[in-house]
Amino acid sequence: MIPAAFEYYRPTSMEGVLALLQEHGDEARVLAGGHSLIPMMKLRMADVPHLIDLQGIAGLSGITIDGGTIRIGTMTTQHDIIGDAALTAAAPIMAEAALQIADPQVRYMGTVGGNVANGDPGNDMPGLMQCLDAHFHLIGPEGERTVAARDFYDSAYMTAREDDEVLTAITFAVPVGGHAYEKQKRKIGDYATAAAAVQISKEGGKVAAASIAMTNLSDTPVWSEAAGAALVGTDCGADAIKAAVAAMLADIDPTEDNRGPVAFKRHVAGIVLGRAIARAWSRA
Amino acid sequence: MSNKMHVKLNVNGTDHEFLAEPRELLIYALREKLNITGPHVGCETSHCGACTVTLNGKSVKSCTMFVAQANGAEITTIEGLGSPDALHVLQENFKEHHGLQCGFCTPGMITRAAKLLEENPNPTEEEVRFGIAGNICRCTGYQNIVKSILSAASELNSAKEAAQ
Repeated sequence: MIPAAFEYYRPTSMEGVLALLQEHGDEARVLAGGHSLIPMMKLRMADVPHLIDLQGIAGLSGITIDGGTIRIGTMTTQHDIIGDAALTAAAPIMAEAALQIADPQVRYMGTVGGNVANGDPGNDMPGLMQCLDAHFHLIGPEGERTVAARDFYDSAYMTAREDDEVLTAITFAVPVGGHAYEKQKRKIGDYATAAAAVQISKEGGKVAAASIAMTNLSDTPVWSEAAGAALVGTDCGADAIKAAVAAMLADIDPTEDNRGPVAFKRHVAGIVLGRAIARAWSRA
Repeated sequence: MSNKMHVKLNVNGTDHEFLAEPRELLIYALREKLNITGPHVGCETSHCGACTVTLNGKSVKSCTMFVAQANGAEITTIEGLGSPDALHVLQENFKEHHGLQCGFCTPGMITRAAKLLEENPNPTEEEVRFGIAGNICRCTGYQNIVKSILSAASELNSAKEAAQ
């Protein structure tokens, strides 16, 4: 499998990256871990005449927790997420999700930034970021701007990021309450048939707040405000979970593929979400 | 467009410098330019792990990395772990516990297992299975591979205790 030829760049500053992106327009792509882009290039489904490798730029990876805000640099790998004890203490849902992504070798290379910026509906981090109400930090020729994860995804591979912008970091508030990332996949390394990210906080035995997003059940991640709202004020019993699942099923729009027909995916979505809510509640 | 670049790699402690197109996959640079044929080309689609090498301390699938990305890297392949005269403890244990049948996946499997034991010297069976989930074996059913890795871990740990 030989990809089309390309010009390779390894700039050492973000200014250098932005200059290359401006010069080459949509003929250029940035490369992080490469585990989505390189397979597509090998299949010649992606043609990237100018490939800009971000590995030479200092300061793009790392996790900081400061004043209730978690910041994860774009080049931070899934392996880094899993190994970061402070992050796991503050937001255990991150490692729980990262451990269900691909396999060990892919997790050493695959980055958080690549996972969220690629816009692949099968990627796990976009739904998780929507659940956590994360913000994505972009830099471009006009300077820096921030886009909410819940506003970032337009359709498959189409996002709010402009061609000449680079995602530099994600930030989110330290989550409160119980968490769960539940994923159904056919085998290790596969994308989700359905996956759910859930955060629930408890007050006086009732659900105080709930945030629920699902993965690979539409051409974007699906954060369902109604599903979360269906739990608030309840004891998170069987009826409440049923109502939340019904609300989510009204918001997803799966398509048939080799993971199954639509009816099967909707069935799996309900099971996965029910389990995720129950687990998050048990930890709240 | 097809301009070649100078690539420098340190493989198993030896510096190499050669010309390659940036798009060349690392596995082909290793095998065809440097004649380091331990890492195998299995699926070539990032699934099977037969091409696994250790690159700057990470287990990576060398079919999913352009040689340009690896420029400047330190790489360890199965050749760097042991030799026929001085087998690595993992190689000894794969031999002892019959952790292979056809042997095609073995270099990637052992290279990955070496990194796994470096990061987690005392893994449970479940952790071993999870840790080698990126390496596919079509012969053994994994049972003896897992046995080999667990046995190598306990041997390494006893050696460490004896040294203390």
